Amino acid sequence: MMNIKTPKKGRVRRELEKRAPKLVENGKKTLILQGIKTSSVLNAVLTQIYHLKRDSAVRYTRKNENIRPFESGGETSLEFFSLKTDCSLFVFGSHSKKRPDNLIMGRTYDHHIYDLVEVGVENFKTTESFTYDRKLAPKVGSKPFFAFIGEGFESVEELKHLKEVLLDLFRGEVVENLNLAGLDRAYICTAVSSNRVYFTHCALRLKKSGKIVPRMELVEVGPSMDLVVRRHRLPNDDLRKEAMKTAREQPKKKVKNVSEDAVQGKIGKIYIPDQQVGDMALPNKAKGVKRERREAKNKKGANEHISKKLKEDSNNAG
Amino acid sequence: MEAPKQFQIDLGNLMAFDCYHLFPSLPSSREELVKECLLKGTELVQAIADTLFNLPSTEDLDGPLVKLPPPTTKLPRSKHLPKPKPPTKWEEFAKKRGIKNRKKDKILYDEQTGTWKRRHGYDRVNDDNDVPIIEAKMTDVPGEDPFAKRQADKKKRVEKQEKNRFQNLREAAKVGALPSNVQLAARALPITGTQAAPKKVSKEELGSVAGMAATATASGGKFDKKLPGEKPARREGKFRKFLPVAEGSGMGSQERLQTQEVLNKLISKNSHEILNINKAVNMYNGKKEKKWRNQQGKSSSTSSKLKPTKKPLKKPFKKGSSNKGSSKKGKST
Repeated sequence: MMNIKTPKKGRVRRELEKRAPKLVENGKKTLILQGIKTSSVLNAVLTQIYHLKRDSAVRYTRKNENIRPFESGGETSLEFFSLKTDCSLFVFGSHSKKRPDNLIMGRTYDHHIYDLVEVGVENFKTTESFTYDRKLAPKVGSKPFFAFIGEGFESVEELKHLKEVLLDLFRGEVVENLNLAGLDRAYICTAVSSNRVYFTHCALRLKKSGKIVPRMELVEVGPSMDLVVRRHRLPNDDLRKEAMKTAREQPKKKVKNVSEDAVQGKIGKIYIPDQQVGDMALPNKAKGVKRERREAKNKKGANEHISKKLKEDSNNAG
Repeated sequence: MEAPKQFQIDLGNLMAFDCYHLFPSLPSSREELVKECLLKGTELVQAIADTLFNLPSTEDLDGPLVKLPPPTTKLPRSKHLPKPKPPTKWEEFAKKRGIKNRKKDKILYDEQTGTWKRRHGYDRVNDDNDVPIIEAKMTDVPGEDPFAKRQADKKKRVEKQEKNRFQNLREAAKVGALPSNVQLAARALPITGTQAAPKKVSKEELGSVAGMAATATASGGKFDKKLPGEKPARREGKFRKFLPVAEGSGMGSQERLQTQEVLNKLISKNSHEILNINKAVNMYNGKKEKKWRNQQGKSSSTSSKLKPTKKPLKKPFKKGSSNKGSSKKGKST
């Protein structure tokens, strides 16, 4: 027998609704974590990636001895964390003699591992080591430009895969409306050799060119590193097919107050709030002024005597 | 920018890809490589910007807004597409019969109180608490409380609805279309019929069962090969030790003491109900007399270990009351 469990609080219900599968998904969140041993380079890499994706990332700083994404049984804990934090991208750092400065990037589908790419980090340079105008520093969560250079990204299987993962990892949210004034960063990835990719993060400087399109200028702000591809695992075809499904038609937003009529055509309803005549601000209506005086003032003080008389009358009455 | 057609541009992701670029000769120093990459990158970014800034834009307070086309690079979803909810039993039935939903007013006129009240919920029309008189009908069973019946009927209806709801949710769960805020959790069933409910085994239980299985060898699992990462087996369960039954001093007398202690506890717990003081006093006096008489009769009693100790062993089974009395006596003095 089963029990129906529903959240008791609205906040929890709303949170669950956010996590539910949707036709049009919200942006992917990233989980950044490490294995039992890391190097100082790797620590810096993970932190910098976290700072790049600050708005949509979760950083775990504890050691995880049970996570070995490529081995069977080593993904259980990772999948659990993915479910817990609702992240569908992960970056996992580990350091060993065999694979120094190892970075595993991967994606999950339905909180199960979808694909994996393992890279080694070399020639790492932090943001702090670059000198540039701080005004240029990209804002958190801005939509980046992406440039992939080199034929390796098409001909070599591993690099092709890496390109897709990098794009998914750093592209940020899919937006419909883009503010052109907010463009301030670009990621440049160059396939240097068949297994090495030079990855760098640049700030943008828009310069006037006399035309509509401003002249772009890139200023390297870091982090920059060489990614040496080691192992990778592609999803199997069935899984890929299922994960690539998209909704045929976009969900329509309900249009309120507009209706179609056969004769009149499109009809719109406009709601106007009640006129609050009693509360309307009147000229010369101060709180302290008594009604008689106010009225008298309204009569422009032409016959001041009458008003005084009125006042006396009212006093007598009271 | 002699040929921007060379680039693949995905405007939805603001991504450009130059798949033909080959370094003529790999730059020797790192600085050169970086420089060249940035140059090429600038070119690509400029190519994206060329198309981007030429899109129709609307002016906003913060800057020009551009409507981006959907991304062309296909990336996987993070979760599956939401599945359509299967129709409930009622919806199926209503469709078959052609029953359509009608809108009902939220507020109704209550004739009993002569006011307008809500249809459902607190302070509603025809609330059970507001009905002072229920008219008798021919079908009424004599001797039945109509108010209690009304309440019981309502309870039954609610229960039935809950059952139906659960059934529908289970159908939805089979398809994987459970609403996001509902969870169906396993629950132990009150036992009806012969089939026991499949119970989810807890971690503790699994551990203890595995421990039992591991020790079920001749050596008690001592020489078994351990799997990598296997923890030592949990040995749960009681290891009972029985005291020697043969009477004697020291260990031999402990068994008796143990049972006596238990009995004492049991008896003293509700002694105030059991103890008949008059009877106890009589018995005490009678025993005293008997003892005295016995001492008078034969001064020396056998001091063998077996004889006196056998008596109390038999006593609790045969003559409970006397023993109780005696034990009580022992305490009171």
